[in-house]
Amino acid sequence: MTHTEHRAPSIARAAARARIGGWLIALLASLLLAAPALAQEAPDALVKRVSQEVLAIIKSDPKVQAGDQARIRDLIETKLTPYFDVDRMTALAAGRAYRSATPEQKKRLAEEFKTLLIRTYSTALNQYRDQSLDYKPLRADPNATDVTVRTEVIRPGQPPVAIDYSMGKTPSGWKAYDVIVGGVSLVTNYRDEFTREVQAGGVDGLIKALAAKNGGGSAK
Amino acid sequence: MRRRSNVPPSPRRIVAAVASAALLAGCAATPARDAPSPDDPFEPMNRVAYSVHEVVDGHFVKPMVQAYVDYTPQFIQLGIRNFFGNVDDFFSFINAMLQGKPDKAGHDLGRVITNTGFGIFGIIDVASGAVPKGEEDFGQTFGVWGIPQGPYLFIPIFGPTTFRDGSGWIIRGFTTPIGYIPDVPLRNTLWGIGAVDLRAQALQAESIVGQAALDPYTFIRRAYLQRRRYLVYDGQPPPAKEDDE
Repeated sequence: MTHTEHRAPSIARAAARARIGGWLIALLASLLLAAPALAQEAPDALVKRVSQEVLAIIKSDPKVQAGDQARIRDLIETKLTPYFDVDRMTALAAGRAYRSATPEQKKRLAEEFKTLLIRTYSTALNQYRDQSLDYKPLRADPNATDVTVRTEVIRPGQPPVAIDYSMGKTPSGWKAYDVIVGGVSLVTNYRDEFTREVQAGGVDGLIKALAAKNGGGSAK
Repeated sequence: MRRRSNVPPSPRRIVAAVASAALLAGCAATPARDAPSPDDPFEPMNRVAYSVHEVVDGHFVKPMVQAYVDYTPQFIQLGIRNFFGNVDDFFSFINAMLQGKPDKAGHDLGRVITNTGFGIFGIIDVASGAVPKGEEDFGQTFGVWGIPQGPYLFIPIFGPTTFRDGSGWIIRGFTTPIGYIPDVPLRNTLWGIGAVDLRAQALQAESIVGQAALDPYTFIRRAYLQRRRYLVYDGQPPPAKEDDE
């Protein structure tokens, strides 16, 4: 580094510096823009991306193809459950009983419910693996914090089955809090069941019933 | 009954009116004592029917139907499904008409004509893909007419239904073209195969219920009633009033 170079940088060097500077600015800008964009992935885009990822794995993974339940459950737990608001689902399904439950009961209830949902979903996936999905356009206000994402399972020679996801905006992105299959809401269906168990044995009775149901297999 | 002006009086309406009167009388006669669900005033009786169903179905019907699903070649099963699906389409047409939905009725009639003519009595579903399959039935028509669903019923072998939907099935049983086939052995064979096919369709959903439900009776009841409500409103049910969130 000499005095002269500093004072009179070559044209080439100036150009190189400008390019690096521009590149850095672009990188910083994209990071700044991308972070919130990722966190706020639109709910319909999220449903499409996640379901396509999962369907691709189902179609390519030999263990899943062979009906390996442990593998299917693992897939659901890692790929699907992060996009479900299990606490909210539990609160909705348990209703009044949830509000009067202790934090510890709430936690255990949500855990058991999550396990049950994973198992149910894996049974359902096993049944519907060959069908194709159709994604309906999202009709919602851009500022909405609660939307329904509509999809359809196409079955040859039979009426299509609508699968709708009720989704809410959370600090960590959009999350589903109900799945409605052919008009049957999962949360509504469990509400009757949960009410029944709570009436019989309180919140602890409900937790016990769920645990007993989940205890049938080896996976947690 | 709100749509009185749109629907010409017909024997079906009279039957429906009688059915609804009967079910209202039923409601009045048996106040729901401590039944947790107002939809199911006959729950104790239904639960007995359900346990009978589990034994009979589990030991005889289901293994037979499962064998049919496992050992019958796929294309035969599909042909059978399509044949009875064509009968469903015929009833979907009738009911779309009764509900004052000419567009849907047109689709259904188009499917029936195409599949009956070009699909060898419906065995091949040639219309599939071009025209969406309808799923209207008498139970839904009564619902559209404003007749309440009435008490929930669980009937062994037949499965979940309501007074309203059950009345619809009875009407269908008397009016289905299968019943007018003059050759008795053929007619009876078709009744039998139709029943097996109907039961086979429920197998998939059933395995999910087995995994999902804490109490299968409650689970099936809620799922059935939700599904029927959804169908009556053609997939756009108004939000149910829930006491929680």
